[in-house]
Amino acid sequence: MHSQSPSAGIVTPQIAHFEAPLTLKSGAVLDTYELVYETYGTLNADKTNAILVCHALSGNHHVAGFHSEQDKRPGWWDNMIGPGKPVDTDRFFVIGLNNLGGCHGSTGPSSPDPKTGKPYGKAFPIVTVEDWVETQARLADRLGIESFAAIMGGSLGGMQVLSWTILHPQRVKHGLVIASAPKLTAQNIAFNDVARQAILTDPDFHAGDFYAHDAVPKRGLRLARMLGHITYLSDDVMGEKFGRILKNDVFQFGYGVEFEVESYLRYQGDKFAASFDANTYLLMTKALDYFDPTHHHRVSLSEAMKPAQADFLVLSFTSDWRFAPGRSREIVKALLDNNLNVSYAEITAAHGHDAFLMPDPHYHSLVRAYMCNVVRSLGL
Amino acid sequence: MIARPDFAAIAQWVTPNAKVLDLGCGDGSLLKYLKEARGTHGYGIEIDDANILACVEKGVNVIQMDLETGLSGFEPQSFDFVILSQTLQAMRNIELVVKEILRVGRQGILTIPNFGYWRRRIQIIGGRMPVSEDLPYQWYDTPNIHLCTLGDFEAFCRSHGVRILDRHVMCDGSDVSLLPNLLGNLAVYRFENM
Repeated sequence: MHSQSPSAGIVTPQIAHFEAPLTLKSGAVLDTYELVYETYGTLNADKTNAILVCHALSGNHHVAGFHSEQDKRPGWWDNMIGPGKPVDTDRFFVIGLNNLGGCHGSTGPSSPDPKTGKPYGKAFPIVTVEDWVETQARLADRLGIESFAAIMGGSLGGMQVLSWTILHPQRVKHGLVIASAPKLTAQNIAFNDVARQAILTDPDFHAGDFYAHDAVPKRGLRLARMLGHITYLSDDVMGEKFGRILKNDVFQFGYGVEFEVESYLRYQGDKFAASFDANTYLLMTKALDYFDPTHHHRVSLSEAMKPAQADFLVLSFTSDWRFAPGRSREIVKALLDNNLNVSYAEITAAHGHDAFLMPDPHYHSLVRAYMCNVVRSLGL
Repeated sequence: MIARPDFAAIAQWVTPNAKVLDLGCGDGSLLKYLKEARGTHGYGIEIDDANILACVEKGVNVIQMDLETGLSGFEPQSFDFVILSQTLQAMRNIELVVKEILRVGRQGILTIPNFGYWRRRIQIIGGRMPVSEDLPYQWYDTPNIHLCTLGDFEAFCRSHGVRILDRHVMCDGSDVSLLPNLLGNLAVYRFENM
């Protein structure tokens, strides 16, 4: 039995198969593809209570609930979404999906290419945030959802929310943009590039076709994740969690695992490398890097956001230096310049970028209060 | 919820459907009042977490930021009215705030407690710092670091290029017209740049 607060219960992923060719931003075309998704709660008769959850770099469709009675870990945003939770599935119909290019069931580099029957590997095209929005819109069409009560996401997920409100303004009533940014900074792209280099230079990567070689570029993926993980935490929280604690009280005068923080990072890296696809990691980081509604300053962010009509809740976390509060304020300014309804809170939290996944009471109260107003404003 | 005495005074000057910015908006009561009474499109600025939550609960737009650093992120003349209701006296940099109000807003509306109110004068004459229902703090725990009289504020406006367009003086919610600097304990001003 799964104790703590009630969860969305046992959920079963579903697969939507799409036959209509999809032309990606890069110009590449995918003739067919599949998206794996989960839903929680019940879609009302008018189909007005749907919420789309967009995932971040390493996320997937399993947002809430459990896959079986034996399942130990719930979905990645289970503390936020479920019956009686801030995003209440007793009122809303919530959809989580694995983005195109993912490695959890949606078509991606590790899926078989229908033309060859073998994994796409390096033949899988790079997809962008805008491409994801297009595929998500097609999934919404499939489910008969004309417009979403809300679309929400953290980090890269928040970028998808922004993109939705620009590309399909009529289809989003509320956007929740959490720990996100209107585009990455040079420093942020640099982190992504080091992560990519770790994978690309792993001898087991085989230019992306490692599946054919029965190899997995685990070393690269592990390093990429270790680096990423450091940037998702704050200096304070790492200090508090690990300090300079040694595993065996005394220095070993060698290069083995000595400090707790080393042990932790290696564990995280190994866990990730065993479960995530290296090509998907490359693709997701590239989607992050490419996202820029201003198209390289051809327009201001305020001009870029002009089509948007949604109301917004924008949230940032004080110790998040990877997607710092200042980046959220840029979004807020663009929304203000367009006279859109927006509330913005800077949540005091120690956990860095990861804070958006933590059950902070104030954070959750804000989302709960906002969603109550969504219920009220849409008469749900 | 009983509206504060200055709400109606502020609302009388706010034109219907105006775009308003409420600095130090607290729990969002004034913005909600103005939305209902005047159909305004409003945003609040607030720093306190509990107040931010109260605003979100009310469905009032609120931006969490520190007013003391100015209104960066707000375009010049992007609001019809910028309101500062009973907050000025607690701010550090009065000159910056007033300047920012009139940079971002076409007009400013400001409420201040009058330190020249006769009861406060009597308390001073009695040798103690004034403590009252509307200014309930002791000298050592007060957040109000820049209290002034109506005379002080009006002199400030004259010396800082601020033109006062309207003044509404009250005492415990009732209008005061006679000897306002002596008999009023709260004043609402509407002003613009000279």
